[in-house]
Amino acid sequence: MSTTDLPDADRLGRQTDEGAQEMRPAGRDLVVTGMPWPEAEHEGDTMIINMGPQHPSTHGVLRLMMELDGETVLRVRPVIGYLHTGMEKTAEELTYVQGATNVTRMDYASPLTNELVFSMAVERLLDLEMPPRATWIRMLLVELNRMSSHLLFQATNGMDIGALSMMVYGWRDREETLRLLEAITGLRMNHNYIRPGGVAADLPDGWEEDTLKVCDTVERGVREYDELLTENPIWQERMVGVGPITTEDALALGATGPILRSTGFPWDLRKAQPYLVYDQVEFDVIYTENGDCFDRYRIRLYEILESIRIVKQCIEKMPPGDYRVQDRKVTPPPRARIDESMEALIHHFKLFTEGFKVPPGETYVAAESPRGEIGCYLVADGTGKPCRLHIRGPSFYNLQAAGPMAEGSLVADAVAIVSSVDPIMGEVDR
Amino acid sequence: MPDDDAREESHKPASGGAQERDANEAIEVDDIAAAVVEKFPGTVFHDSHGQPVVHVARDAWLEVATFLRDEQQFTQCLDVTAVDHLVDSARFVPPGVSAERFEVVANFLSHPRNRRIRAICQVPEADPNVASLAEPYPGVNFGEREVYDLFGIAFEGHPDLTRILMPDDWEGFPLRKDDAPARVPVTFKEDPSP
Repeated sequence: MSTTDLPDADRLGRQTDEGAQEMRPAGRDLVVTGMPWPEAEHEGDTMIINMGPQHPSTHGVLRLMMELDGETVLRVRPVIGYLHTGMEKTAEELTYVQGATNVTRMDYASPLTNELVFSMAVERLLDLEMPPRATWIRMLLVELNRMSSHLLFQATNGMDIGALSMMVYGWRDREETLRLLEAITGLRMNHNYIRPGGVAADLPDGWEEDTLKVCDTVERGVREYDELLTENPIWQERMVGVGPITTEDALALGATGPILRSTGFPWDLRKAQPYLVYDQVEFDVIYTENGDCFDRYRIRLYEILESIRIVKQCIEKMPPGDYRVQDRKVTPPPRARIDESMEALIHHFKLFTEGFKVPPGETYVAAESPRGEIGCYLVADGTGKPCRLHIRGPSFYNLQAAGPMAEGSLVADAVAIVSSVDPIMGEVDR
Repeated sequence: MPDDDAREESHKPASGGAQERDANEAIEVDDIAAAVVEKFPGTVFHDSHGQPVVHVARDAWLEVATFLRDEQQFTQCLDVTAVDHLVDSARFVPPGVSAERFEVVANFLSHPRNRRIRAICQVPEADPNVASLAEPYPGVNFGEREVYDLFGIAFEGHPDLTRILMPDDWEGFPLRKDDAPARVPVTFKEDPSP
């Protein structure tokens, strides 16, 4: 190649990484903290690299643009949208009966929480009252789901830090929980079990023994992880004091859930604004004082034990009765009636093709998901489909806190910090 | 909800069951909204299924948020989103509010008072912009970018108003009711037209 073929310097400049180009303009304000990007004293020594979107420690397809000075992270900018599938747009095309199948795919690590907020929002607009058994079944399942979600966190967090055996243990015990959820709902994930008007089916025979067995397995597992990791000097070296955040920052950045609780702020919607029947069970809100990665790990670990407590109380107190509301507007007639009555057959058919109509109105329903406050803002326009369905994903807002947490830390710690935020990209991008 | 009677007094939620709220709570729900309405003329209070909602004029949007944070202890703005009412035939708007095509919705939470309030602002189609809340509540950054990305509503004073979910070169705003990105013209084999 002759020298004339070589691209000129300007062209070379444009050939650098796309992300680096975006970050070049000087004096631009930091996305989340509101602090300016570092001043020009770093000029020349710094390097901008992309972590992700295809990187095992980014939990799916999260991309982090980082400016580094040697090994030190100067600033981080999360770039999201790689998993955006327009689920809120899709929701406007689905009836309220079908809606739960859509929202359950957003936060795929805790699908039942998504179904719960959607169903509660629809029920509030319909002014429906749930039978007690339906409410208790919902609480049981949401807590089982919290266990499986936190176990998944333990597995992936261990993997990110380098404790690979932890990954195997976490997945193993999570699988036990999922097997139970499969026995109850019929599906391992994306259950579509909690629906407007109740739940899809009653609990199967022998669910008490199965649930207790899973509780014992998980509890034994949690004690094992605690013994394996919490006092482990290598583990503490990687976690203690890494990625600290204060209560003020967490509140300002919209962070909720374990991130907020790790800063010494005991806020849990299950206690503060009880929904379902959380006011009839005993459990503690786990919170710690330091706001670092180690605390976020510990909170999630011990929350599994609290969930087990709630699940055991659900087994004790599960009331008899209907598992769905006996309102023919939202619940189809019983199967036996369909065989003998033409009207019942038509009723059933209409309900599952056209769905039911929801009177005009708007509402916001919040619940404590394993990751923080999940909210459903629902606007109905009197037809069978929502005018607007918006899910406030806790990961979406929590991810804003990752940047300030990682500033000033090492690159290897940035991996631990992102892991401790526990983002689920399906929910971030929706 | 069936569990309302059994609730402990101290844990009474601001957004509890719609029908069984007692009179005390109803008054309590109103007092923040009443303060907002008193301070900002043109603001309309609305009880939406037991949840307090204030409809705020567009030019008071930022002041109302600052007032909620500084004087009413609303520690977090949990969410900013928008609604497109283009094809909403059965739309309800409280009296005193002139309906526009877009609504920008912000949900506020007060941890010390354990209360919620929702603010809604009408945004016209011809001039889709509103003040950004990123100054009092830095956490709305992503939420406002999402609304900008999907609805094309600009937030004045936002530190970094760029697309967040869609690609940077995307044309159109997907969550608008008249946006149809999936609609492609179908060409048939042996189509006589040029």
